[in-house]
Amino acid sequence: MTPLEFLIEQSPALIVAVPLLGAFLTSLIGRVNEKARNIFALFIVCLTGVLIAILASDVLTSGPRLYVFGAQNLQVPMVRIIFEVDSMSIFMAIITIILALVALVYSWSFLKEYDGLDKFYTLALLLITSTLGMELTGDMFNFFVFLEISCITSCALIAFWITEGEALEAAFKYLVISSIGALFILFSIGLLYAQYNALNIATLASVLQFSFVDKIILVLLVVVLAMKAGVVPMHMWLPDSYGRAPPSVILVIMGATLASFYGILRVIFTLYGEVLTTTMRFNLPMHVLVGWLLIALAVVTIIVGVLMALIQSDFMRLIAYVAVAEIGYMLLAVGTGFAAWGTAYATTALHGGVLHILNDALDIGLLFLVAGAVYYVTKKRLLDDLGGLARTMKYTTVFLLIGLLAVAGMPPLNGFASKFLIYESVYQLNPILAIVAILCSILMLAIFVKVFYAAFLGPQRNITASTGLKEAPRSMLIAMGVFAAAAIFIGLFPNYVLDTLVKPAVSALLNHADYIGMVIGGV
Amino acid sequence: MFGLESGSGFWNPVLWGCIIFIAFLLLYGIRGFGRSTYKKGTEQESSFLSGNPESTPEEMQVKASNLYWGFTSSMKTLYNGLRSMHTGDVGDYVLWFIIILAILFVVIGVM
Amino acid sequence: MIEYIPYIAVVAMVFIGLYAVVFRRNLIKIVIGITIIESGVNLFLITLGYRGGGIAPIYTSLPAGTTYPEEMVLPVPQALTLTSIVIGVAVLALMLSLVMHIYRKYGTLNVRKMRRLKE
Repeated sequence: MTPLEFLIEQSPALIVAVPLLGAFLTSLIGRVNEKARNIFALFIVCLTGVLIAILASDVLTSGPRLYVFGAQNLQVPMVRIIFEVDSMSIFMAIITIILALVALVYSWSFLKEYDGLDKFYTLALLLITSTLGMELTGDMFNFFVFLEISCITSCALIAFWITEGEALEAAFKYLVISSIGALFILFSIGLLYAQYNALNIATLASVLQFSFVDKIILVLLVVVLAMKAGVVPMHMWLPDSYGRAPPSVILVIMGATLASFYGILRVIFTLYGEVLTTTMRFNLPMHVLVGWLLIALAVVTIIVGVLMALIQSDFMRLIAYVAVAEIGYMLLAVGTGFAAWGTAYATTALHGGVLHILNDALDIGLLFLVAGAVYYVTKKRLLDDLGGLARTMKYTTVFLLIGLLAVAGMPPLNGFASKFLIYESVYQLNPILAIVAILCSILMLAIFVKVFYAAFLGPQRNITASTGLKEAPRSMLIAMGVFAAAAIFIGLFPNYVLDTLVKPAVSALLNHADYIGMVIGGV
Repeated sequence: MFGLESGSGFWNPVLWGCIIFIAFLLLYGIRGFGRSTYKKGTEQESSFLSGNPESTPEEMQVKASNLYWGFTSSMKTLYNGLRSMHTGDVGDYVLWFIIILAILFVVIGVM
Repeated sequence: MIEYIPYIAVVAMVFIGLYAVVFRRNLIKIVIGITIIESGVNLFLITLGYRGGGIAPIYTSLPAGTTYPEEMVLPVPQALTLTSIVIGVAVLALMLSLVMHIYRKYGTLNVRKMRRLKE
């Protein structure tokens, strides 16, 4: 066995172990030197990124990979935890690590003037650990544990600006919502264990019966994960916390939110994929019903997210509502793909939806970074207090334009590529859905016209001009530049990303038998 | 490499760029037919021509919260509903969660 | 009948907890409500794990004459409960510290007055 093969074999465990260890070492190094601590945290995230890249190259060429913690050869299959990495998990892990890397680069200058940064780095790395764990694990209870770690760490990070009462309020609301959600997940895990004596996703999927209790479990899991992903009308925590946390924190929390969305995909495609597509009720397959329920939630999410964003006056809160709407687009694509299971356009819809996860992370992330740069320079949150920033913040203005055009789905940026696939496929399921989606995209453009006009054009407001305006610091510009470059690259070469990352991920979702067979064959 | 196929349509950034370039060329050509009547240093430069004294730009700019006043006031009933839905009370957040749970229980449980 | 009583208690506790979170106004009472839900879920897991006549899964203290752990209880639900209790303590501590800070900033524990973030 060459060292590389050994590394690939151990990498699923290392991807979680390295940031976990780094989280606690970081605060130790922070005692010695602050700059060394920042470099060390960046190094840890880069190392994790390298491990993910190595694992990704292996998973994409030679199929899913299994990693067993605990008893390898014991006859009782439950006394162990399995990490199962397929192309969907690795796709999400890549998104998470990109967000984490950019967030750490950005916070280098953004958070410079604050104290207590040792704890910030520890919590951020723990949140990254838990997000990666949620994405790589193949065990329901393990998923719950990582979900709870992500709840606790994100809550502590949302309350970063502890001198503002609003940040505390947002953190408390988030913790109440997410701990209740996590307890319901634990309850449904208990129900699953009671029925099938197993906790592995793959083992459970192979023995699932779709009894009445299984329906309850399905509803509990999907609704809780939808709440954690910010689906209307359970989205209210999301604008509160996104609007009040520092932007570099928001990027990492966004990774956790998208991981919850990944949880929905895992539950309906892998865990319930087999029974939902084969069970018939009233001459209608169950997957059509579940798909249409998801579509209904998605349409409400898109409309409410966009309409609420239009009346916001707080810059970050406005972007948070747009992020809610973007989640709706992903859910619309997934619902279409599930309702029309087996048709050609269902696969196209899933391609669009999964690509949109990446695009949403890049575009909404870029907008939050721009909002953070504006806050850093002016110390103002409300759009009414801003004005004429384009005169002094030239690079930031360009990045804002790229970000808002990408989110609104204007060609040739990345948002267009995925929304194009979504519109085209949703239209074939039901034209009205596509019309609603396109209209809301146009409304999104109107929202961003408002942002651009109010904050960046017009006269410089007296209040802001007195503080001595300047361009954002270099590390923040680099962070924004990375996202902007990625947005343009994916917009120009959508096929490249689609072929290398998205299509394997979607086929891993659709062929749930492969995922299940890995564990059953490997026991 | 560049294109994107959706089964029923396609998207190609290069083709799109060419069309946009041609459109701009046409626009530039059409612009050449016009004639320039703009004179510097006259009253044409001021942004607002009427008998009244001109306000400062800070006073004239429409603020962000008033920008879509027409849209929001014409959809007042909808926005009132949405505003009353977002109470900011954490108990209501949990209540919405329970309502959605109940609805899905009923729909999926009956099926 | 007697074996269903724990499950009835579980459902009752989850509903009492949800009632407290939704309808009580005091932040401390909301925290208590979440703790009650958590206890209910833990009770559920423990009830699942109970096997009549089972023995603890310790290989070195097997009863004489038994070789393979037929009556041994697989301790997964107990492990889940322990993990869940530990997580619950962390959540409880974090929530109470947040409530303390919120009281300092807002001067009240009434959740209806903690509504600076809305719409």
